[in-house]
Amino acid sequence: MPAILAKKLGMTQLFLEDGTVERVTVLEAGPCPVTGVRTHERDGYEAVQLAFGSVKEKYLTQPELGHLKKSGAPPMRLVKEFRDEAGEHVVGETVTVEAFEVGQKVKIAGTSKGKGFQGTIKRHNFASGPKSHGSHNVRAPGSIGASAWPARVMKGIKGPGQMGNKRVTQKGLTIVRLDAGDNLMLVRGSVPGPRNGFVEVRTDG
Amino acid sequence: MSTVIERLERAQLRRVPSFQAGDRLRVHFQVVEGTRKRTQVFEGVVIKRQGHGARETFTVRKQSFGVGVERTFPVHSPKIEKVEVAARGDVRRAKLYYLRDRVGKRARVRERRYTGPEERVEAGLLHDPAAELEAQAAAEPEAVDADGLAADAAVAADVAGNDEVPTDGTVAESEAAEAPSGKQT
Repeated sequence: MPAILAKKLGMTQLFLEDGTVERVTVLEAGPCPVTGVRTHERDGYEAVQLAFGSVKEKYLTQPELGHLKKSGAPPMRLVKEFRDEAGEHVVGETVTVEAFEVGQKVKIAGTSKGKGFQGTIKRHNFASGPKSHGSHNVRAPGSIGASAWPARVMKGIKGPGQMGNKRVTQKGLTIVRLDAGDNLMLVRGSVPGPRNGFVEVRTDG
Repeated sequence: MSTVIERLERAQLRRVPSFQAGDRLRVHFQVVEGTRKRTQVFEGVVIKRQGHGARETFTVRKQSFGVGVERTFPVHSPKIEKVEVAARGDVRRAKLYYLRDRVGKRARVRERRYTGPEERVEAGLLHDPAAELEAQAAAEPEAVDADGLAADAAVAADVAGNDEVPTDGTVAESEAAEAPSGKQT
């Protein structure tokens, strides 16, 4: 059950051996040094901590640098914990794309592109009202509930609000190609987030 | 675009003859019927080329039993065995959508009179990884123990091979732009 941190480089397409075209997302995955291990006795939960994204030392604070130095890792921007991989690694190891196989299913989590404050049509795929014949109900959400009961708006009613810029997990993505030399992982389909955004790759199912 | 993606796409480019909208092409492409493979020919007028790099496609239009048929192929698809340019068209647009509204004699494209000598294009990858690996292997011992003669000969052969790749003006330009980065990788 390997997991790794990655950077989304963008999308392109590949010609497979049978001549069909596969649309892929290119990820720069790892190498991720293991910078910490959480245990039941000490922390109350089990997890493995990975680091990714090399940066200059001056962009990190002293506590961040000290933590990385303790495990012998170079300065890195992103540090994340993975619970399912607990017990698989010890501090000082490095996770690379070689931990994965071509054809494997993965789920990839990242922060989706922010769309700002959006109405219900864009945000929840509501239908728009008639545009003509004197209509004043073009992009309004419509009814948000009954009158006498419950005499309030029920919780969880879909409405306008912030769209995107939140954590999204895309499941069931297939690894199409791995390149250990360049730390590349090519997965079929799209991955949440902008180019150069960080994502977490976990094995699926 | 990231250089990594550019490199991935460049590795997939194939040698294709230069053609543009208005040209009459014969596209030989592989069809898989069950377990059998055979080659089909689709002949018609190119009405557009779109996209860049490995994602570039072209659309060929022909009349089949009085019905207009269009097929879009990826330019660098490995399924395309061969592209023959049957005639060069004299057109003033990059996208010949107006042919769709025309029938009969009006739906023709005038032929260009003189198009220069036709170049021969061998099918295959534009940047062959096998040839580049050989060049690398030849360059490395030179750096280590100065095995001069063999390495130089191999590099010279590789350069000569690259020069023989026939391309038209535009493709040659883009190649020249790509060439320095291609050598590095």
